[in-house]
Amino acid sequence: MRTIRFLLQKEFRQIFRNRAILLLIGVMPVMQLLILPLAANYEVKNINLSVVDHDRSAYAQKLITKVTASGYFKLRGYSASFKEELRKIESDESDLILEIPQGFERNLIREDQQQLFIAVNAINGVKANLGGAYLTSIIRNFNEEIRIELLPPGRFNPAPVIEITASNWYNPLMEYRFYMVPGILAILVTMIGGFLSALNIVKEKEFGTIEQINVTPIKKHHFILGKLIPFWVLGNVVFSLGLLVAWLIYGIIPVGSLLVLYCFLSVYLLAILGFGLLISTFCDTQQQAMFIMFFFMMVFILMGGLFTSIDSMPDWAKLVSRFNPVSYLIEVMRMVILKGSGWKEIWPQFGIIALFAVFLNTYAIINYKKTS
Amino acid sequence: MENLYAIELRNITKTYGREKQVAVDAVSFHVNKGELFGLIGPDGAGKTSIFRILTTLLLAEQGEAWVEGLEVKKDYREIRKIVGYMPGKFSLYPDLTVAENLDFFATVFDTTVAENYELIKEIYVQIEPFKTRRAGKLSGGMKQKLALCCALIHKPRVLFLDEPTTGVDPVSRKEFWEMLKKLKMQGISIIVSTPYMDEASLCDRIALIQHGRILSVDTPENMTGNYPGQLYAVKADQMYLLLKSLRKYPEVLDCYAFGAHAHVSFKNAFEAAPLKAYLRGEGLSEIEMKPIPASIEDYFIKLLKT
Repeated sequence: MRTIRFLLQKEFRQIFRNRAILLLIGVMPVMQLLILPLAANYEVKNINLSVVDHDRSAYAQKLITKVTASGYFKLRGYSASFKEELRKIESDESDLILEIPQGFERNLIREDQQQLFIAVNAINGVKANLGGAYLTSIIRNFNEEIRIELLPPGRFNPAPVIEITASNWYNPLMEYRFYMVPGILAILVTMIGGFLSALNIVKEKEFGTIEQINVTPIKKHHFILGKLIPFWVLGNVVFSLGLLVAWLIYGIIPVGSLLVLYCFLSVYLLAILGFGLLISTFCDTQQQAMFIMFFFMMVFILMGGLFTSIDSMPDWAKLVSRFNPVSYLIEVMRMVILKGSGWKEIWPQFGIIALFAVFLNTYAIINYKKTS
Repeated sequence: MENLYAIELRNITKTYGREKQVAVDAVSFHVNKGELFGLIGPDGAGKTSIFRILTTLLLAEQGEAWVEGLEVKKDYREIRKIVGYMPGKFSLYPDLTVAENLDFFATVFDTTVAENYELIKEIYVQIEPFKTRRAGKLSGGMKQKLALCCALIHKPRVLFLDEPTTGVDPVSRKEFWEMLKKLKMQGISIIVSTPYMDEASLCDRIALIQHGRILSVDTPENMTGNYPGQLYAVKADQMYLLLKSLRKYPEVLDCYAFGAHAHVSFKNAFEAAPLKAYLRGEGLSEIEMKPIPASIEDYFIKLLKT
């Protein structure tokens, strides 16, 4: 016990003397939580639209007004030449072309049918997809309106039509920040815990201080615990800071119990710190550790279900993400914070993370050799 | 294994890498209790590997070794409690202060600074004025004193010092060796490695090592005393020409540069007059020659050539 106490005292002293690390722990997560959720927004606005109008009728005018009034589109070009507007797409001024054919109004009224052409710049997939969808739905809406206008009231709607009304549970307004903030907080805690622990033992190797430690009677698990506990505490501090920011800035108050959240986080931190320590037992320099950790972090973040839903991934990717501890934290964070899930709902994730923690830490202790 | 020696090695062999590069080649020697033992050899001779094997940081492939009667593979836990190790590279925490480093290492060995203060007192008073300074900010000599304090704080029975004086100024080096002599009087067995031949004569016994092989183990006096034949120091105005000329001279057995002189040994009896005449004939002037006692370095060179 005395050894552990002194190891902890030493580690904390070193951490508090390292300005860069303090800054990393205190300021960075707060800054990132302030900025990232605002940027990580899936709603696509400011889509640049070019209109090729061969008709120049009142209806065409009406349609264009409707599209631009939606707020999603910015009219960048209006002409009668498709070629001219295509050039705007090539020079990246426009994202979408809406082509209104000649005789649009006339055919619509006389023959009850008309075609429009949409050309989408698909280089930015998300923008193209959503832009195309928005435009289609606006046109459909426009279509309904003219039908009401043109058809006599009695003849309207002869066939049964299914009307759909949707309601969003747990996040009624579909606010992206409610969805992103817990996820980003999960990533931040993971990054800080993972990197700090991965770099720490390697730093002792680089400085040669581990040589001196290795010839002492310190036991392996004491040494590893001495490294683990300080970062565990720091991880909790960062997490609490993050929750505070989520509450103060974004008004997110966990629906579920904080106790459940912290309990899960405690075990999760052990797992991710164990992972960091394991990496550091394999590496000889901080540079190596940094690169290896970075590689895993990329996979963890991109396959963690923060940006893309795991459910829509191919089967092999789903399998991979089962070995991704971050995906469990993101899932549990969202469950507890947005949905108010309790022990009963999160115990499978809890169990898996506990297994991760035991496995990774045991491996780290075994792999840390005092003798080469 | 009875506890006869402070350190004993038998046929210790260590190779590195896939190419099985031999770092330590069947090394055997022993260090008596209370002895100041020097492991002398150039860089890359295998000194550090031997130290790391003895301090249980490295496993030897073959052979056996004991520290205070404890086997390095089996009793490594016990060994770690009774040895003090000062690696060649400064390896204390640079972001902790002098006092904190000392406290930390005392605690790690389950003791306190106060308990063994007597042992380090003389060294520690020299760095005490800087005790709130971070170890990374100390000068080279101070760092080395602190490292020695930290290695001594648990009153080890055997002290391992790996190149403690490399990169240290001559005055500090001299001081350091005086400290070692005092520690020896406290009954601590000390094994020290150094590439400096002049430090060899300060040890009780020394082992000369090259390419992982022990060339000779003896007292420094015996080594210099065993030097065959008489050695002469020759000096002239042009060193390079002097060496070249001497090597051509049929009576010369061996010659090499040694500071400002050339050290020369001869096959038969030395005759000054014909040699001087020969050297003048080669175009050298200001020729001086005198018989000198052989040093450890001369002995080492001799061993390397035979």
